[in-house]
Amino acid sequence: MSALLISGSGPALAIPVLAQLPAEIQFTAPSFDYRALAPMLVVFGAALLGVLVEAFVPRRSRFVVQVVLTTVALAGALAAVVLQAATSDPVQTAGVLQSSGSVLGAVVVDRVTLFLQGTILALSILACLTMAERTVDEGGPFTPQASAVPGSPAEVAARRAGLLQSEVFPLLLFSVGGMMLFPASGDLLTMFIALEVLSLPLYLLAGMARRRRLLSQEASLKYFLLGAFSSAFFLYGTAMLYGFAGTVRLDGIAGAVTGVGGVAVLQKDGLLLLGVTMVLVGLLFKIGAAPFHLWTPDVYQGAPTPVTGFMAACTKVAAFGALLRFLYVAAYGIRWDWMPMMWGVAILTVIVGSVIAIVQTDVKRMLAYSSIAHAGFLLIGVLAMDRSGITGVLFYLAAYGFSTIGAFALVTIVRDSSEEGVAGGEATHLSQWAGLGRRHPVTAGVFTLFLLAFAGIPLTSGFMGKFAVFSAAVANGAWVLALVGVLASAVAAFFYIRVIVLMYFTEPTGSEAVVEAPGIGTTFAIMLSAVITLILGLAPSLLLDSATAASVFLP
Amino acid sequence: MGDGVNPYVPILVMMAFAAAFAVISVGAGAFVGPRRYNRTKLDAYECGIQPSPHAVGGGRFPVKYYLVAMLFIIFDIESVFLIPFAVSFDRMGLFALAEMVMFIGTVFVAYAYVWRRGGLEWD
Repeated sequence: MSALLISGSGPALAIPVLAQLPAEIQFTAPSFDYRALAPMLVVFGAALLGVLVEAFVPRRSRFVVQVVLTTVALAGALAAVVLQAATSDPVQTAGVLQSSGSVLGAVVVDRVTLFLQGTILALSILACLTMAERTVDEGGPFTPQASAVPGSPAEVAARRAGLLQSEVFPLLLFSVGGMMLFPASGDLLTMFIALEVLSLPLYLLAGMARRRRLLSQEASLKYFLLGAFSSAFFLYGTAMLYGFAGTVRLDGIAGAVTGVGGVAVLQKDGLLLLGVTMVLVGLLFKIGAAPFHLWTPDVYQGAPTPVTGFMAACTKVAAFGALLRFLYVAAYGIRWDWMPMMWGVAILTVIVGSVIAIVQTDVKRMLAYSSIAHAGFLLIGVLAMDRSGITGVLFYLAAYGFSTIGAFALVTIVRDSSEEGVAGGEATHLSQWAGLGRRHPVTAGVFTLFLLAFAGIPLTSGFMGKFAVFSAAVANGAWVLALVGVLASAVAAFFYIRVIVLMYFTEPTGSEAVVEAPGIGTTFAIMLSAVITLILGLAPSLLLDSATAASVFLP
Repeated sequence: MGDGVNPYVPILVMMAFAAAFAVISVGAGAFVGPRRYNRTKLDAYECGIQPSPHAVGGGRFPVKYYLVAMLFIIFDIESVFLIPFAVSFDRMGLFALAEMVMFIGTVFVAYAYVWRRGGLEWD
């Protein structure tokens, strides 16, 4: 009996609390395809295990245990993704390569998902290795206590007290898990949860820089507030789309747009238009497209540099995956309504990113504006609205991701020259990089390679990525976008090459930056990124073929 | 939506209404609202901290309050999910029980972390 009797002066009131389910509602247990979910389960399980490690493993061995656990979990999940992509059977219906099923439609693991998850995992392994760097700077990039000055007795005391920030590794794992779920979401609520799971650890990680604490805290707070704002937009849009379609599932929304049974009855509705717009605002914020890009430079500059690399590479991959799925699966039927808006966003993004980057004097801010410009180039590929566009975007994301991780990892080893034997903070002001090419030719050479890849110079991965998205846009009639993209690339090439000129042909004027010898993890991350940047430029078909095979969404 | 009606028109009308509502509500308060300043109006609302005289040590809050609030949220959310389960667990069988045990297990991971790292010690 679910009634509560309240006795009082008046007649007894029967207030139904905890109303039971109506009898006609039958509960059926959802089916799980554990094979398809295995990579995500591994990452989330390892994240939980990481929290327990923080709780129970002695302080001295905590850091090593965390690094090993994180790397092994990410590598294991990557192996599971690769295995799944290799063994899944192509189903011949209309050329759709179906890989595997779902959880009540909440998670869709198709070839696009597998490609993106593999990219995210590979990138996050490198990010984890750069976060574990302790050779350059004994204290590492993360603060042991919010108010401790680097190298001060207070900090040493905090480190002795075991306040070492090895929590960054479970946070990294949670974030990676959210990123893997984000492009795999089959409905908008799952997508929202994935968005939060990937974002919340990033807000924390952004505030953990050991040096320049105020900048880092400012970055964290800005990112959190603006991120919460954009999440609200996303959720509001979800509510409107639910009001329109009666479902939050992407295929259900697509069905409601095109009409029942595939009859082309376009139901244009205020709820639909507003809902699509608001969900797009939430997604465009995450990819850092103009006019929702304003957080990017501040957060990229303030966050600890290894975290910035992770954020710039992996978040972009995950968010573009979700954007692609939303636009190509749910909102495809009304593309003529949102395409003008997205054209405007794409054009504005490439122009803002390329032009404002020219006047930056800080390496991290410059790379942040460069990432905005790249988001614009990727949007041009998205707007091709066909398979070649998806292929181009997938390839571009992988190519850009590796160059970005490498470039930010390299920024972590270029330091202020301070007193003997103690590494200074990162020398992020561009004037400090003058003459670096003569003093440290290898470092400057590798950074030059990354910059050339960002600029899209042939024989680097960046050229192939840009070629793929622009040619897809031209083939589908969006030649105006491609033209704007090429012109913006030319502008962007100017400031990349300016940095190269600065490193090789300019005499240092003020304080010079020095390169600290990195540990094995960072060295591996930089070198692998550089090798992949070169290989994808010389032999793009290695990845382009699997990107082409992966480029069909399973509705 | 009827034929021939541009679906963007209602959206624009609604936006205009929303903007007008915001402007009028805020503006009307400034113009129409009475202004009777007195001592009570400068007090902290309900249980807030007195803004003046300036607190010792820059007015820092102990982080403990924050930890307690976070802990509260963890268990609050847990009970939000537990109640619907408790109402209808007899229909959902073993599957729901297993899921719920997993859910509570993950919450207890967080709890173990807080306990071991001293989040429950007030001093």
